[in-house]
Amino acid sequence: MDILWNIILLFIALGYVGAFIRLLRGPYLPDRVVALDLISVIAMGFIVVYAVRFNQVNFLDVAIILTLITFLGTVAFAYYLERRI
Amino acid sequence: MREILIMTLMLLGAGLIFLAGVGILRMPDIFLRMSATSKAGTLGIGLILSAAALHFNEFGVYTRVIAIIFFILLTAPIAAHIIGRAAYFDGVPLWEGTIQDDLKKHYRITDHALLYSGEIPPEEILVPQKEADDFSEEPE
Repeated sequence: MDILWNIILLFIALGYVGAFIRLLRGPYLPDRVVALDLISVIAMGFIVVYAVRFNQVNFLDVAIILTLITFLGTVAFAYYLERRI
Repeated sequence: MREILIMTLMLLGAGLIFLAGVGILRMPDIFLRMSATSKAGTLGIGLILSAAALHFNEFGVYTRVIAIIFFILLTAPIAAHIIGRAAYFDGVPLWEGTIQDDLKKHYRITDHALLYSGEIPPEEILVPQKEADDFSEEPE
Protein backbone atom coordinates (compact mmCIF):
# COMPACT_ATOMS: atom_id res chain seq x y z
CA MET A 1 0.00 0.00 0.00
CA ASP A 2 2.86 2.35 0.78
CA ILE A 3 4.32 2.10 -2.70
CA LEU A 4 0.94 3.06 -4.17
CA TRP A 5 0.87 6.22 -2.07
CA ASN A 6 4.39 7.00 -3.24
CA ILE A 7 3.35 6.54 -6.88
CA ILE A 8 0.37 8.88 -6.41
CA LEU A 9 2.50 11.56 -4.78
CA LEU A 10 5.16 11.13 -7.49
CA PHE A 11 2.59 11.66 -10.26
CA ILE A 12 1.29 14.82 -8.60
CA ALA A 13 4.83 16.09 -8.02
CA LEU A 14 5.73 15.51 -11.69
CA GLY A 15 2.68 17.48 -12.78
CA TYR A 16 3.78 20.24 -10.43
CA VAL A 17 7.24 20.27 -12.02
CA GLY A 18 5.75 20.59 -15.51
CA ALA A 19 3.54 23.51 -14.50
CA PHE A 20 6.47 25.18 -12.73
CA ILE A 21 8.72 24.92 -15.78
CA ARG A 22 5.98 26.57 -17.86
CA LEU A 23 5.68 29.29 -15.20
CA LEU A 24 9.39 30.02 -15.51
CA ARG A 25 9.64 29.83 -19.30
CA GLY A 26 6.62 31.89 -20.31
CA PRO A 27 6.97 33.07 -23.06
CA TYR A 28 3.98 35.39 -22.57
CA LEU A 29 2.27 36.65 -19.45
CA PRO A 30 -1.02 34.71 -20.01
CA ASP A 31 0.99 31.48 -20.17
CA ARG A 32 2.27 32.22 -16.69
CA VAL A 33 -1.22 32.94 -15.41
CA VAL A 34 -2.45 29.60 -16.74
CA ALA A 35 0.54 27.88 -15.14
CA LEU A 36 -0.25 29.51 -11.77
CA ASP A 37 -3.85 28.35 -12.08
CA LEU A 38 -2.71 24.78 -12.69
CA ILE A 39 -0.21 24.97 -9.82
CA SER A 40 -2.94 25.88 -7.36
CA VAL A 41 -5.13 23.03 -8.62
CA ILE A 42 -2.20 20.62 -8.17
CA ALA A 43 -1.56 21.99 -4.68
CA MET A 44 -5.19 21.30 -3.87
CA GLY A 45 -4.76 17.70 -5.03
CA PHE A 46 -1.65 17.41 -2.88
CA ILE A 47 -3.54 18.66 0.18
CA VAL A 48 -6.41 16.23 -0.35
CA VAL A 49 -4.07 13.26 -0.85
CA TYR A 50 -2.22 14.24 2.30
CA ALA A 51 -5.51 14.52 4.22
CA VAL A 52 -6.48 10.98 3.19
CA ARG A 53 -3.02 9.54 3.82
CA PHE A 54 -2.78 10.87 7.38
CA ASN A 55 -6.51 10.87 8.23
CA GLN A 56 -6.84 14.60 8.83
CA VAL A 57 -10.34 15.77 7.89
CA ASN A 58 -9.59 19.44 8.59
CA PHE A 59 -7.25 19.79 5.60
CA LEU A 60 -10.26 19.66 3.29
CA ASP A 61 -11.17 23.18 4.44
CA VAL A 62 -7.87 24.39 3.04
CA ALA A 63 -8.90 22.96 -0.34
CA ILE A 64 -12.16 24.95 -0.22
CA ILE A 65 -10.36 28.22 0.52
CA LEU A 66 -7.73 27.51 -2.14
CA THR A 67 -10.45 27.01 -4.77
CA LEU A 68 -12.05 30.35 -3.96
CA ILE A 69 -8.77 32.26 -3.91
CA THR A 70 -7.58 30.66 -7.17
CA PHE A 71 -10.68 31.73 -9.03
CA LEU A 72 -10.50 35.28 -7.70
CA GLY A 73 -6.80 35.52 -8.57
CA THR A 74 -7.32 34.29 -12.12
CA VAL A 75 -10.15 36.75 -12.69
CA ALA A 76 -8.05 39.60 -11.31
CA PHE A 77 -5.12 38.70 -13.59
CA ALA A 78 -7.41 38.49 -16.62
CA TYR A 79 -8.95 41.87 -15.80
CA TYR A 80 -5.49 43.37 -15.50
CA LEU A 81 -4.39 41.84 -18.82
CA GLU A 82 -7.42 43.16 -20.64
CA ARG A 83 -7.11 46.69 -19.23
CA ARG A 84 -3.38 46.88 -19.89
CA ILE A 85 -3.66 47.48 -23.63
CA MET B 1 -12.80 -3.76 -1.52
CA ARG B 2 -13.35 -0.19 -0.45
CA GLU B 3 -9.59 0.35 -0.23
CA ILE B 4 -9.17 -0.90 -3.81
CA LEU B 5 -11.81 1.53 -5.04
CA ILE B 6 -10.21 4.43 -3.16
CA MET B 7 -6.73 3.66 -4.45
CA THR B 8 -8.01 3.27 -8.02
CA LEU B 9 -9.73 6.66 -7.92
CA MET B 10 -6.63 8.25 -6.39
CA LEU B 11 -4.33 6.74 -9.02
CA LEU B 12 -6.62 7.84 -11.86
CA GLY B 13 -6.81 11.36 -10.45
CA ALA B 14 -3.06 11.58 -9.94
CA GLY B 15 -2.47 10.31 -13.48
CA LEU B 16 -4.82 12.94 -14.89
CA ILE B 17 -3.07 15.67 -12.95
CA PHE B 18 0.23 14.38 -14.31
CA LEU B 19 -1.27 14.55 -17.82
CA ALA B 20 -2.29 18.16 -17.15
CA GLY B 21 1.34 18.93 -16.22
CA VAL B 22 2.60 17.24 -19.39
CA GLY B 23 -0.01 19.10 -21.45
CA ILE B 24 0.94 22.53 -20.16
CA LEU B 25 4.58 21.75 -20.84
CA ARG B 26 4.30 20.22 -24.31
CA MET B 27 1.40 21.97 -26.05
CA PRO B 28 2.51 24.54 -28.63
CA ASP B 29 0.10 27.40 -27.93
CA ILE B 30 -1.59 29.05 -24.93
CA PHE B 31 -5.08 28.10 -26.11
CA LEU B 32 -4.16 24.43 -26.53
CA ARG B 33 -2.39 24.51 -23.16
CA MET B 34 -5.52 25.89 -21.55
CA SER B 35 -7.69 23.20 -23.07
CA ALA B 36 -5.33 20.55 -21.68
CA THR B 37 -5.06 21.96 -18.17
CA SER B 38 -8.66 22.94 -17.51
CA LYS B 39 -10.15 19.60 -18.56
CA ALA B 40 -7.52 17.23 -17.15
CA GLY B 41 -7.03 19.26 -13.98
CA THR B 42 -10.75 19.46 -13.22
CA LEU B 43 -11.32 15.74 -13.78
CA GLY B 44 -8.22 14.77 -11.79
CA ILE B 45 -9.09 16.88 -8.76
CA GLY B 46 -12.68 15.62 -8.92
CA LEU B 47 -11.54 11.98 -8.80
CA ILE B 48 -9.14 12.67 -5.92
CA LEU B 49 -11.88 14.43 -3.96
CA SER B 50 -14.28 11.53 -4.59
CA ALA B 51 -11.67 9.15 -3.22
CA ALA B 52 -11.32 11.34 -0.12
CA ALA B 53 -15.08 11.32 0.43
CA LEU B 54 -15.17 7.51 0.16
CA HIS B 55 -12.26 7.22 2.57
CA PHE B 56 -13.68 9.40 5.36
CA ASN B 57 -17.33 8.33 4.83
CA GLU B 58 -18.85 11.08 6.97
CA PHE B 59 -21.76 13.36 6.21
CA GLY B 60 -19.70 16.54 6.67
CA VAL B 61 -16.98 15.34 4.32
CA TYR B 62 -19.47 14.35 1.63
CA THR B 63 -21.05 17.81 1.83
CA ARG B 64 -17.72 19.58 1.60
CA VAL B 65 -16.52 17.42 -1.29
CA ILE B 66 -19.71 17.97 -3.25
CA ALA B 67 -19.42 21.72 -2.63
CA ILE B 68 -15.79 21.79 -3.82
CA ILE B 69 -16.51 19.72 -6.95
CA PHE B 70 -19.53 21.85 -7.82
CA PHE B 71 -17.54 25.03 -7.36
CA ILE B 72 -14.64 23.75 -9.47
CA LEU B 73 -16.96 22.61 -12.25
CA LEU B 74 -18.54 26.06 -12.14
CA THR B 75 -15.38 28.17 -12.07
CA ALA B 76 -12.78 26.29 -14.14
CA PRO B 77 -14.44 26.91 -17.54
CA ILE B 78 -15.13 30.54 -16.60
CA ALA B 79 -11.52 31.13 -15.60
CA ALA B 80 -10.23 29.46 -18.78
CA HIS B 81 -12.57 31.51 -20.93
CA ILE B 82 -11.60 34.80 -19.28
CA ILE B 83 -7.88 34.10 -19.57
CA GLY B 84 -8.23 32.99 -23.18
CA ARG B 85 -10.14 36.14 -24.04
CA ALA B 86 -7.56 38.35 -22.34
CA ALA B 87 -4.73 36.49 -24.08
CA TYR B 88 -6.39 36.93 -27.47
CA PHE B 89 -6.79 40.66 -26.93
CA ASP B 90 -3.26 40.87 -25.59
CA GLY B 91 -1.97 39.61 -28.95
CA VAL B 92 -0.60 36.21 -28.02
CA PRO B 93 0.07 34.54 -31.39
CA LEU B 94 -1.71 31.35 -32.36
CA TRP B 95 0.16 28.18 -33.22
CA GLU B 96 1.39 28.25 -36.81
CA GLY B 97 -0.53 25.03 -37.52
CA THR B 98 -3.86 26.73 -36.77
CA ILE B 99 -6.07 26.56 -39.85
CA GLN B 100 -8.95 28.79 -38.79
CA ASP B 101 -9.36 31.84 -36.54
CA ASP B 102 -13.05 32.67 -36.40
CA LEU B 103 -12.58 35.77 -34.25
CA LYS B 104 -10.21 37.49 -36.63
CA LYS B 105 -11.38 40.96 -37.75
CA HIS B 106 -14.53 40.73 -35.63
CA TYR B 107 -13.49 42.80 -32.61
CA ARG B 108 -13.64 46.56 -32.31
CA ILE B 109 -10.46 48.01 -30.89
CA THR B 110 -12.08 50.59 -28.60
CA ASP B 111 -14.36 48.48 -26.41
CA HIS B 112 -13.64 44.89 -27.55
CA ALA B 113 -17.20 44.46 -28.81
CA LEU B 114 -17.86 41.44 -31.04
CA LEU B 115 -19.44 42.61 -34.30
CA TYR B 116 -19.83 41.52 -37.89
CA SER B 117 -16.91 42.72 -39.93
CA GLY B 118 -19.14 44.90 -42.14
CA GLU B 119 -20.23 46.99 -39.15
CA ILE B 120 -16.74 48.07 -38.12
CA PRO B 121 -14.77 50.76 -39.93
CA PRO B 122 -11.49 49.22 -41.12
CA GLU B 123 -9.30 51.47 -38.95
CA GLU B 124 -11.08 50.31 -35.77
CA ILE B 125 -10.62 46.56 -36.34
CA LEU B 126 -8.53 44.90 -33.65
CA VAL B 127 -5.49 43.21 -35.15
CA PRO B 128 -4.71 40.56 -32.58
CA GLN B 129 -1.31 39.29 -33.71
CA LYS B 130 1.22 41.73 -32.35
CA GLU B 131 4.68 41.52 -30.87
CA ALA B 132 5.52 40.07 -27.46
CA ASP B 133 5.08 41.91 -24.15
CA ASP B 134 7.72 44.40 -23.11
CA PHE B 135 8.65 42.47 -20.01
CA SER B 136 8.51 38.98 -21.51
CA GLU B 137 11.43 37.21 -23.10
CA GLU B 138 11.58 36.53 -26.79
CA PRO B 139 9.01 33.92 -27.84
CA GLU B 140 10.50 30.61 -28.82
